[in-house]
Parts: sequence; C-alpha cells; structure tokens
Amino acid sequence: MLTIVATEASGGSMTRMLLTQATYLAAGVFFILGLKSLTHPDSARKGMQQAAIGMLLAIVGTLIVEEIVEYQWIIAGLVVGTAIGYPLGTRVPMTAMPQRIAVSHMFGALAASLVGIAEYLHRTGPDAHEVLPRAQMAALGFEVLFGSLTVTGSFMAFGKLQEFLPGRPVTYAGQNAVNIGAFIVTIGLWGYLIYDPTAAWAFWAMTAAAFIIGISLVLPIGGADMPVVVSLLNSYAGLAASATGFAIGNTVLIIAGALDGASGFILSIIMSKAMNRSFGNVIFGAFGAAPESTARSTAGLTVKSITAEDAAIQLAYAGKVIVVPGYGMAVAQAQHTVRELAELIEKKGGEVKYAIHPVAGRMPGHMNVLLAEANMPYEKLYDMEEINAEFATADVALVIGGSLMKLVSEVKQV
Amino acid sequence: MTTTYILQLYVFILAGFVGYNIITRVPPLLHTPLMSATNAISAISIVGALVTAGSRHSLLASVLGMIAVTCATINVVGGFIITDRMLGMFKHADAKKDAAS
Repeated sequence: MLTIVATEASGGSMTRMLLTQATYLAAGVFFILGLKSLTHPDSARKGMQQAAIGMLLAIVGTLIVEEIVEYQWIIAGLVVGTAIGYPLGTRVPMTAMPQRIAVSHMFGALAASLVGIAEYLHRTGPDAHEVLPRAQMAALGFEVLFGSLTVTGSFMAFGKLQEFLPGRPVTYAGQNAVNIGAFIVTIGLWGYLIYDPTAAWAFWAMTAAAFIIGISLVLPIGGADMPVVVSLLNSYAGLAASATGFAIGNTVLIIAGALDGASGFILSIIMSKAMNRSFGNVIFGAFGAAPESTARSTAGLTVKSITAEDAAIQLAYAGKVIVVPGYGMAVAQAQHTVRELAELIEKKGGEVKYAIHPVAGRMPGHMNVLLAEANMPYEKLYDMEEINAEFATADVALVIGGSLMKLVSEVKQV
Repeated sequence: MTTTYILQLYVFILAGFVGYNIITRVPPLLHTPLMSATNAISAISIVGALVTAGSRHSLLASVLGMIAVTCATINVVGGFIITDRMLGMFKHADAKKDAAS
C-alpha cells in the first residue's frame, strides 16, 4: 500500500490529504459515539470497540501524510509501545486501576509535551523559514506547560498509589504561597514567550518550572484525596492534547482533547462534591490541607456492640439488606466474600443492594468495577443519591471495611 | 491564518459542549471505564507524534517523536484493551445466571 501511495505522490497529494482528513472525521465521530455508548452498560462495550476502530483509522490515515518521509522511528515507537501497552492492558489487576490510570495520564501528557518540544525546536531552529506566529506559540506553550506538569503530577500520583512514595500528605510552611508563586512565574514565562517566541531560554525555563509544579502540586495530597487529583490530571492531559491540536493544526486532536478535558473536569467536580469540598478548594491546590470535617458528630447516639453470631442471625432473617462497601473491603480482597454473603442472604429470602459512595474507591467509580469483577450484577449497584432514601426501609445496613470470613460462616450456620 | 485559529476554537468549544452533555449522562457506575476510555481516546495525540517521528527534521526531533509515539501507543493499546476488559465485567443479573448454569 505504501508503494502505491509513493508512486502517486505527485498527482495524488490532494487525494491523499482528503483521505487522511476523512479518517480523522470518522475517528472524531466514532469517539463521540463511543462515549455516548458509555451512558449504558449494555451498549458500552460495543461502542468502545468502534472507538478503537476509529483510532486505528486515524493512525493509518496519518501514516500516508506527505510530511512523513521515513518510517524507522515510527515503527520502533509502535513496536515498543505495543510491547509495553499490551501487558498494561491485559495483566493489571482491577484493584490497581487508579495507579494504572495515573501512569497512563503520564504517558499521554509526555507524548503531548514531546511533540510540543520537537515542534518548538523545529519552528525556531536554523531551517525555520518564518517566525513562529504568536497564536501558535500560545498553543504550543500551553501544550508544553500543561503536559509537563501533568507528567510529573501523574508520576507523583502513581507513586503514592503504588506506595513507593509516602502516601500521607507532605506539607511545609508556606506551601500554598510557594505553589501559587511558582504558577504565576510559569504563566509569566508563557506570556513572555507569546510576546517573543524566539526566547528559547523562556521556553526551557517554563518547561522546567512546569515539571516542578507538577511535583509540588501533588506532594501535599493524601491517598483519600486521590480521586480528585486523578480526575484533575485527566482533564489536564486532555487540555494538553487539545493544545497539541491547535499547535499543529489537527482537528481530531482538538476534538479528542476537548472530550477528555470535559470528562476530567466533570469528574473532578463530582468527586469534590462527594467529598463535601468546593471545586475552588480543589483547583487552587489547597486540597491536602482541608480539615477532616466530613465525619459527623456521634455524640448522643448509642453504640451497641454485637457479636458475629448476632449479626448473622439479623442478616439471615432480614428482608432487605443494603451493603455499603468501603475501600478496606477492596484492600482485604473481600469482594468475593461479600458476594458469597449476599448469595446466602438471597437464598434465605432476603434482598441485597449495594450503596456505593462516589469516592469509595481510589478513583471515580472504582468500587463499581471491583464489585462487577466479583460478579455482582450491575442492577444491584446503586449510587448514593439513588439509594439514600431506601435506608429507611432496610432491615440491615452492612458497612464493610475489612475481613468478613467469620460473618459468612456464621450466616451459613444459621 | 487567523481564520484557521478561529475555526479551531469553534471546533474546541463545540466538542467540549458535546462532551459535557454526553459525559454528564454517564452513570457513576461507569466512571472508571469512562476515565480509561477518554484516556485511550486522547491518545489520538499519536497522530502528532507519528508526524514528528517521521518528518526527518533533525535527529533530536526524530528521537523525541519516537518516544512520543511509544508513549501514545502504550495508551492506545493498553487503554482500549483495559476499557474493554472492564466493560466486559458489567453484566446483567440474567446474563450471570446463564453463564453459571
């Protein structure tokens, strides 16, 4: 196919360009349809497979563009990327999804940043025939700025989730002032670059500063706040991809980046709401420092301790049980035990539903995936707002942190 | 040249608008697959990386392009596979019984 294209290069360059653009348009349409399919679990899988075909089309469409004159670097990248990406897709366990996503934000942002850096080098290098226009410099700068801070930020999030970096918040006096100051300086450098695109020193200083901001932004954030951070980094990675589209004049990149940016933005808002924090609190980097205000006062409530046997009897004769799984359940790998328990209750005539808090896992929707993996049918998984009213009519609400084995064996005996 | 940027801005704003409207309708049930899906989709930056890697501007640009192609390919391949894997786990109650029997 490549040889055919090569022989037609002189006459068919217009046709080729149209062909490429057609694959981009198809990819854009497939991406939007793919996301639309995610509004229901039954249609989702097929829709995303179509989106993957859209991606393949766009890649093939790009391989025939005129600017590409050699293929050895491309093939090397495709081969190495597939070799790393395939096990990351097939082998990573569902409990490790948050760090898996964090690391993929890092890869995505790194790709965008490197394309931006290479483009800047080319457009300001010795063989550049015109001064980089300011609008394009603005897009390029934005791409490298947000890309770079997402690279290090995602790496930090990955490290904390994978626990090779300390998961607890790392704070020091004046941290917010330092972060905000560094951000203002970086934006200032970006502004200067737009004024004078040839100022290479400003470009490199901005890139370095963005890398440092990424680190210092995530440093003060603890494990429980990770759903917000991961969503926010998702949004940044999308915006960086979109800016790449502006910088190199590629519409499908603008579309996909905008979709990604919107998704991350919405998820960050939902997550911060679920944690009773304002979105502003999150955006301005104050997030590890917020007080632990979510715990309601327990004064005036009586607490009665019961044994596993008593609990088992209550569960066995309950008509309606609502299970509220917490992250401890996932840490203890107790999902399958929970399902066993639910099956026992159902066998004895009870009804079991699951109430899932938006930040029950370490990323948005994480708990749902863990429960689906343990073979819970998705109709039984309810989000907070759907099920809150039902607690009044439930016989037992089972809040789960850690091990359940004892309870299961007791219910079996009853 | 300026009209190009204005058109690009149109595309960006309209795509963001479409994205906002679709994504607010995605149930919390599927938020993790949503994130891995948008991540895989935004790996479309591979098209920029391919051009950078294949343009022979300079050795440095080619190497940067190759690393960018590698990173983006990781997200394309890994992202779509893991999204599919996750979505395959969300099953109907009836479908589960069929599989079990």
